[in-house]
Amino acid sequence: MLYIKCPYCGLRAQKEFSYGGDATVKRPNINEEVSSEDWDNFVYMRKSPRGKHIELWQHIAGCRQWIKVQRDTATHEIFQTAKVTEEIR
Amino acid sequence: MSQPFRLNKEGLINRKKKISFTFNGKKLFGYEGDTIASALIANGIHLVGRSFKYHRPRGFFGAGVEEPNAKLQVEFNGHSEPNVNATEMELVEGLSATSQNCWPSVNFDIGAINNFLKMFFPAGFYYKTFMWPKSFWYKIYEPFIRKAAGLGVASIEKDKERYEHKFEYCDLLVTGSGPSGLASAYAAAKNGAKVILAEDKPRFGGTLLTDDVSIDNLSGKDWAEKIITELKSMPNVTVKNRSQVFGYYDHNMLVMFERVSDHLEKKSKFTPRQRLWYIRAKETILSTGSIERPIVFGNNDTPGIFLSAAAKEYMKVYGVLVGKKPLIFTNNDSAYETALEFKKNNVEPIILDTREEHSSELIDEAKSKGIDIRFSHGVIVANGYKKVKSAKIGKLNKDKNSFEKIETVDCDCICVSGFWTPSVHLASQSGNKLKYEEKIDAFIPDKKKQHETSVGAANGSFTLEESLKHGFENGSNLSAKITETKTEISIPNVNEKKYGAHDKFWCMPLPKNENPKRFVDFQNDVSVSDIEIALREGYRSIEHVKRYTTLGMATDQGRTSNLNGLQLVSNIENKIVPEVGHTTFRPPFTPITIGTIVGREVGMEYMPTRKTPMHEWHEKNNAVFVDAGAWKRPRYYKQGSETLFEASKREAKNVRENVGICDVTTLGKIDIKGPDAAEFLNRVYTNAWMKLPVGKARYGLMLREDGIVMDDGTTTRISENHYHMTTTTAQAANVLSHLEYYLQIVWPELNVNVVSTTEQWAGAAIAGPKSRDMLSKLYPELDVSNDALPFMGYKEAEFFGVPSRIFRISFSGELAYEINVKSDHGMFMWEKMMEVGKEFGNQPYGTEALSTLRIEMGHVAGPELDGRTIPSDVSLNGLVSKKKDFIGKNSLGREAFNVESRQKIVGLIPIDRKSSIPEGSHIVQDQNAKLPNPKLGHVSSSCWSVENNNPFSLAIMKDGKNMIGKKFFVVSPLKNKSIEVEVISSHYVDPEGKRVRS
Repeated sequence: MLYIKCPYCGLRAQKEFSYGGDATVKRPNINEEVSSEDWDNFVYMRKSPRGKHIELWQHIAGCRQWIKVQRDTATHEIFQTAKVTEEIR
Repeated sequence: MSQPFRLNKEGLINRKKKISFTFNGKKLFGYEGDTIASALIANGIHLVGRSFKYHRPRGFFGAGVEEPNAKLQVEFNGHSEPNVNATEMELVEGLSATSQNCWPSVNFDIGAINNFLKMFFPAGFYYKTFMWPKSFWYKIYEPFIRKAAGLGVASIEKDKERYEHKFEYCDLLVTGSGPSGLASAYAAAKNGAKVILAEDKPRFGGTLLTDDVSIDNLSGKDWAEKIITELKSMPNVTVKNRSQVFGYYDHNMLVMFERVSDHLEKKSKFTPRQRLWYIRAKETILSTGSIERPIVFGNNDTPGIFLSAAAKEYMKVYGVLVGKKPLIFTNNDSAYETALEFKKNNVEPIILDTREEHSSELIDEAKSKGIDIRFSHGVIVANGYKKVKSAKIGKLNKDKNSFEKIETVDCDCICVSGFWTPSVHLASQSGNKLKYEEKIDAFIPDKKKQHETSVGAANGSFTLEESLKHGFENGSNLSAKITETKTEISIPNVNEKKYGAHDKFWCMPLPKNENPKRFVDFQNDVSVSDIEIALREGYRSIEHVKRYTTLGMATDQGRTSNLNGLQLVSNIENKIVPEVGHTTFRPPFTPITIGTIVGREVGMEYMPTRKTPMHEWHEKNNAVFVDAGAWKRPRYYKQGSETLFEASKREAKNVRENVGICDVTTLGKIDIKGPDAAEFLNRVYTNAWMKLPVGKARYGLMLREDGIVMDDGTTTRISENHYHMTTTTAQAANVLSHLEYYLQIVWPELNVNVVSTTEQWAGAAIAGPKSRDMLSKLYPELDVSNDALPFMGYKEAEFFGVPSRIFRISFSGELAYEINVKSDHGMFMWEKMMEVGKEFGNQPYGTEALSTLRIEMGHVAGPELDGRTIPSDVSLNGLVSKKKDFIGKNSLGREAFNVESRQKIVGLIPIDRKSSIPEGSHIVQDQNAKLPNPKLGHVSSSCWSVENNNPFSLAIMKDGKNMIGKKFFVVSPLKNKSIEVEVISSHYVDPEGKRVRS
């Protein structure tokens, strides 16, 4: 079970969180024209990297905040966590 | 009642307390502190089971977790447990143990015929034999294999015992209380670290209990006791015996299995039997020690053959002799300690040492005591069927592959030692890639992936001095990093015997014309020839050899067989062991009970139960409940001997004719506040929300980004910047997360807050033609006319003195209202409604009637919004705005969503107007068509239409739009039903929706 540092609550067990997918995907702006290709990429196309991956988790059994987690998908090592408004480099 | 193999005084058992037990029906006794194994051996019993494949007689081989054979069916404290390790289970009064995998008895086992047919049971036997003919598999082969396989019998009784889970956090977890573990724990504790020390055996000390050593002039055992006593007195230390750390998971999470009370004679009702610990450790010391490696020889599985260290442990810990005429067969010095222990107890051993004549401290001591030592010797084959009687021994030539001389010697036990294998299971589980250490011919931990450090024998250091030094150093350094205090500890003086080098010899050759089985893996009956066959047949990867031969599988996970198997493969392949590699070590290290994994999460505690504030009333009024997620909802209120069908029909009919009330508390409720709330709802829902006036509700539909319908519900504008959203019961949690996702990540610029208020409001629906009359009685002061409170209207008013919200919304399709009061007032509201509603014929209705009402109206719910439908599929395209953007809008333009023959919701009625249609049935053109019969759609919801008095179903059907009026079959192979149906509109009752507006 992973140990995830919520930027609001501190280190908490994985069972308090739910997974939310790739955090680098940006939704096309509302009320703006978007090409079919861009839309399809946003809805369906995801990379599945082996190694570093920035992803979203929600602290559902805690502060209910969505957070960013940079995790190694092969080893589960967590390098960094941040609020969604912050950048992970 | 004498115990022929019990020594007079040796051992750590309590001779003052006798414990009686039975084995295969025979009454026996042992002492407090015995294991089942030590008590049986004391009584001279060695034959305890039959082997897995050949049903060969088997006895004890080890004295702890390494035991591959002695798995018993044990009954105690009123329950029966299979595969109990006799070398670990402590003796308790009244315990009854029986042998497994034998019939009719362990002494005469018919399955043993397999032993004489063994040429027909080579590696891969099952794979080769049961392939053909294919049709035999289900009826003949599988039942046969199932009957033949397996060891004990699982109980079918409910487990009455209590099991617990515990979560713990510490700075340092030490796994094993041998010398290195004690030293690590002690040093860390002195630095102020929070330490947990876990020992799987009942007694602390590990090898200190059996080795002839002294530390600071104390015996090993006394030193261990001193350290443990001090550790126990420290508030920052938790010391646990009978506790096996069996799994190492991500982020330094370890799992430990504690045997809390199986050894106790009396315990309170609340004492758990076993406890599972989830331990998050900042650092872990793996002081798991090592397990003795056997040497392979002919019939080496005969009862009476032991690991040499086990024989020593039986003498020193339990005061038990494994035999009175022992052969010690070794390739190293450690077995000499066993020989000396025998000698001390006036038993004359013969030592067969595979090494050429040489000297070392221990060899010299053995010589000086007059022990018969034969160098360049080994056991070729053990004689005796149910117990060792003699052994054919041989003097090896220099090539170690042929014999100079062969003779037979009498013996009643053989103690074998092939040097030591570090227990690296936990290190390997943590992700540590092991490395092969030439010096000890075994794998030890290499680069760490997590915060773990192996010390002592687990790390390949087999001297006490080194183990203690590593223990103190690592315990001190690792904890000092955490506590930032360092207490100096002087490393104690050690007195131990020095070992010479071991011999790289693990498999005895066979003389010509002799072919006894030489077992590598006892638990799975894998012999040398099985491994040879696997390699001959082309298996190369060690993982494949493992699966083909079953080497190293099952409960002992190859603790005594892995390295010998690897050595064999590497010899045959002409490779060195590290090139062959090793198989993966998987948790659990030792078997654990299912009860421990489950813990308290059984029955009522399996998951939380959510009850509405009116639950007690429902219970008192014969409600039959149904689970809706964690909620309990009344399914129907049973009157007399009514069936579900009769009751739900009565309740639904009463709503259509009079009025009924339904507990709708479980609907998800979300409070939405903020100046941008309208804009937010406008983006979340497919329809327009910018112009909804205060005091009005609106039905809304929300999609996922891929265009699939996510949920539906009504949202009401309570005030300028305050909305009350409802969701379906099932989707409440998902919708909240969905809203939070968009507010926190996608549109953080919107000034909106959302919070769940599901638990804060109790809700009741009042539905039926007489609902307005009833409402006016409930709110005598309020104008509830159609003009004052029209369809989709909202009002706040006092309900007999308590604040309430009135929504004019309808799920039943009737004139209906929904009243919300604070949860605390829920019961009050419900009872008042029942009282006031009497004169209008009000009856409560459950979810079954609720479904009937919505289905015949063609209102969609979960079964239609199943994650595969878009708005037009369920005739909700009228709610999809063409003017504005919203979540999922861009996906609705996808080609497949817009083809003419796209699936669509329809209604179905049986031609005979009688046969009810099972939900989940498939719609087909021809009921007799050849399989696979093309599926045209499926039945999503079914009911008995109370309005038309015949069955009616909703279905999602391909090209449904153009199917109205046509006839098809619905087939349910599960229920063996085929019914001819006609396709009609999904709106079976009041298609214009007049009633809700009346």
